[in-house]
Amino acid sequence: MSPASVFVCLSLTLLSDYPVIRVKPDNSGVVTDGVKHSMNPFCEIAVEEAVKLKEKKFIKEVVAVSCGPTQVTETIRTALAMGCDRGIHVEVSGKDYEAMGPLQIAKIFAALAKKEEASLVILGKQAIDDDCNQTGQMTAALLDWPQGTFASEVTIDGEKVKVVREIDGGLETIKISMPAVLTADLRLNTPRYATLPNIMKAKKKKIANMKPADLGVDMVSRVEVLRVDEPPTRLAGVKVETVDDLVAKLKANGTI
Amino acid sequence: MKLVERMPRLRKAVKAKGGYFEESAHGLSDEQKEFQKMAFDFAAHEMSPHMAEWDEKEIFPVETMRKAAQLGFGGIYVQPEVGGSGLSRLDTSVIFEALSTGCVSTTAYISIHNMCNWMIDTFGNTEQREKFCPELCTMDKFASYCLTEPGSGSDAASLLTTAKLEGDHYILNGSKAFISGGGDTDVYIVMCRTGGKGPKGISCVVVEKDTPGLSFGKKEKKVGWNSQPTRAVILEDCHVPVTNRLGQEGQGFNIAMRGLNGGRINIASCSLGAAHACVQLARDHLLVRKQFGEALSNNQFLQFKLAEMATKLVASRLLLREAAVALQESRSDAVSLCSMAKLFVTDECFNICNQALQMHGGYGYLKDYAVQQFVRDIRVHQILEGTNEVMRMIIARSLLSESG
Repeated sequence: MSPASVFVCLSLTLLSDYPVIRVKPDNSGVVTDGVKHSMNPFCEIAVEEAVKLKEKKFIKEVVAVSCGPTQVTETIRTALAMGCDRGIHVEVSGKDYEAMGPLQIAKIFAALAKKEEASLVILGKQAIDDDCNQTGQMTAALLDWPQGTFASEVTIDGEKVKVVREIDGGLETIKISMPAVLTADLRLNTPRYATLPNIMKAKKKKIANMKPADLGVDMVSRVEVLRVDEPPTRLAGVKVETVDDLVAKLKANGTI
Repeated sequence: MKLVERMPRLRKAVKAKGGYFEESAHGLSDEQKEFQKMAFDFAAHEMSPHMAEWDEKEIFPVETMRKAAQLGFGGIYVQPEVGGSGLSRLDTSVIFEALSTGCVSTTAYISIHNMCNWMIDTFGNTEQREKFCPELCTMDKFASYCLTEPGSGSDAASLLTTAKLEGDHYILNGSKAFISGGGDTDVYIVMCRTGGKGPKGISCVVVEKDTPGLSFGKKEKKVGWNSQPTRAVILEDCHVPVTNRLGQEGQGFNIAMRGLNGGRINIASCSLGAAHACVQLARDHLLVRKQFGEALSNNQFLQFKLAEMATKLVASRLLLREAAVALQESRSDAVSLCSMAKLFVTDECFNICNQALQMHGGYGYLKDYAVQQFVRDIRVHQILEGTNEVMRMIIARSLLSESG
């Protein structure tokens, strides 16, 4: 049975390179108002991989999913313009959105994957604003599906998926059965530009709307952010004349 | 260290998406914002890194332009049934504005190619459209627009290239000057005289590369626009089939001018993109460069200068987009508005880029810094596609005409 649908789960992230990210005056988090948001680069790679698998006829349908406020539909549209067939927007806003973390998102994705009988769930390996690197793994655990994370190469072989993973020691190749969860790493592919005709076609593709409650997911966070601080400003260094001076200073400092 | 900092390719991807285009997206539809985003991405990744090399080595970046064509940039406002993207003049302006931030010269050529493609699409018959447009849309073939001659620039209607009818062929004799792409392109849209003096004696024919009698002058050495070759196009007893004539005999001048209305929007859009890029470059420089103990951005004169530049940029953009909409809707004021937009935008944007160069101080004069290339590249926009003096002629004529 060839895989039916692939879910690509997208994250809308702060662009960490532009401009300067500031901590809120009450240290409760980071200022997001007025900061440019965009599709997470790793999620773009995930979309590209899913669309490529469809073009190679390994899968029939690619569904782009994202959780968050209305803004998130922009990223779903971009995914549709890249070649996804339809989208699902799970609406989360206000306090729920601020408290939303990998576990809540994973619960939503897991519920959706089960409901729509997805054969593959592909995510970016981590979001570049919080660098959590948890959502994919948690989704797999909640579904009790095998996971191929940090994928730099994905090949579908009948009912199984061969995944080459980037790990600290080098590259690891595993074979997992579907349905499975994959997370995309940087070298998996180079995302395509949406073409003008595809951007126009995307307008006609459907984005379904739902709430976490519709999936029976409780959004209560078990994690409370106590405080967010900027990294300490770099202190000026002290120049010393000789090695003996250096050793003496380090000893006085308590460093050695 | 953050993940983004450790991975140069990721960093580049993130930086390229950076909201530098926020303000130019205001007032656009969701779809137009998508086009713009995609064009900015393409410009940042595929053009910007090569802009200086293409200028220095005078490279005509065929592969990059074909990549652009694959995204639909070869025939942006050409009908879809012959391979075009079927978008509006405003969509087109937004796209060229974004692409120019990557390389003005290359984007300007792409716009000329688009103009020629549209002329065949609009005035050609079914056979001509099906023969030429699909390959122009994919940029398998490239096009050039040939109106200007050594003896007729602003006075375009006085052109001398003749086209004598003999059987089922026109015999073309004459020469065209300053032809963008000349010698490296495949399809030449040539305005030539089939009838008597003045505009009504002019027809428009498509001359294909390798036609006997078609040759080219030397490649011109230019101040800017170096990523596109410019040559004279020489026609000596060049036999062109009558079936290559676009529209009727005597319709050529009208076709040429209708093409230029859109061409003027496009060229002005390129100036706008350059000015937008230069305002960002100037802003970044002011924040970083320190003199007299503080950043230049603390200097009131420079703050005011930057504010004036940004204001003129926004004003330019609004006039240009209004002209694009007027042209799309075939409004009665479209021709006048396109001339006003071309005049105002190319002048103001040149000043903006020039000021940005000044703000860079000595560094602005070095080719290591992009600002000088923007200045050099858009200088010619005040001259071609109808000099800014001719724009004034068109506007004045419209104001002073009996029916005006």
